[in-house]
Amino acid sequence: MAKVFIYPATSLILSDLVSRHGHTPLSSAVAIRERIQTAGLESPPLQITPEEPKKGLKWAAVEVPSGVRGRMALYGPMIGECEAAIIINDADLAFGCMGCARTNELIKFLLRQKDIPKLDLNYPKNEEEGVRFVAAIKRFLDELGGKR
Amino acid sequence: MTEYKPVLVGTVTKYVVVESFEITPSDLAIRGYEVSNGAMIKETCFGLVVTGKPDEVDRIVTELRKVDPDHIFIKDRGFPPGDPRRCRANLGGARPGYHGMEFEMTVIPYISHGLEELKKRDAATVPAPADPLVHESLDITSLKKLIDAQES
Repeated sequence: MAKVFIYPATSLILSDLVSRHGHTPLSSAVAIRERIQTAGLESPPLQITPEEPKKGLKWAAVEVPSGVRGRMALYGPMIGECEAAIIINDADLAFGCMGCARTNELIKFLLRQKDIPKLDLNYPKNEEEGVRFVAAIKRFLDELGGKR
Repeated sequence: MTEYKPVLVGTVTKYVVVESFEITPSDLAIRGYEVSNGAMIKETCFGLVVTGKPDEVDRIVTELRKVDPDHIFIKDRGFPPGDPRRCRANLGGARPGYHGMEFEMTVIPYISHGLEELKKRDAATVPAPADPLVHESLDITSLKKLIDAQES
C-alpha cells in the first residue's frame, strides 16, 4: 500500500480513486484532523498557530510570506512521506488567494523535484476523456504495487 | 489566549458522496444505520458524513460503497459534522470546501462512466489521456492565416 499525494489536496475524485485501488491518499483532511484533535491554545478555525510558519521554514525561506510557510507546515510533511503523486494541472478549484496560489506552485515544484512516480492529468471534459482518466489512474496505481 | 480542548479525539470523519440515478442519500443513510455499530451518521444533500473510530468507519464505508460502487465516492474530512468552525449554519452561506465539491460534482459523471466502462474493457487497451505538460505551439500556417484575417 503506497502513500500517494494528491493535488488538489482536497480532491474528492482523486482521494476516492486512490483508496479504491488500495492505496493511501495523502489529502489536506489528514493534516487538518491531526491539528484539530490536538490540545493546545485556541486558534480557530484550523488550529494554525504562529508556530506553523516557523515549521514552514524547512520548505520556504524566511522572506517568503508567512501564509505560504504556514500552509507548507501542513503539506510539507505529507510531501516528504509520499511515495507517489497524482497531479491535476487544470484544477480550477485550487484557485485561491496569493497564499494558496504560491503554495500550490511550491507544492507542485517540490513534487516534481522529488524522485517518485508521478502522474500528470487534466480533469476530463467528456465521457471518453473520463474513461481515459480513470484508466490512466488505474494503470498508475497498479504499477505502484503493494495494493490490498 | 484560551485553552483549546479538542472533541471527538481519535475519531475519523469521511464523506460518502452519491451521484446516482437509483440511490438517494436517504437510501444510503438507512443502509448505514443497518450496518453501523454506534458511529455517528449524518445525512446531507449529497450523501452522508460518517464519524467514528477508524476501523468502524472503514467498515461502514466499505459496505456503503457496495450499494453502488461506480456512483459512490468517499473522502476524508478533517472536521466532524456540525463543527461550528466549518458548518454553514454557523458561518452563513456555503461552507468552506463546498465550492470545490460543487466543481467536482460536474466531473463525477464522467468518472462514473469511466468506472463502468473499465468493467467491460481492459485498462491496458485504453489510450493514455493527453499529456497536460506538453503544450503545442501554434504552427506558422495558422499564424499567417490569423495575421491575414486581421489585416483584411
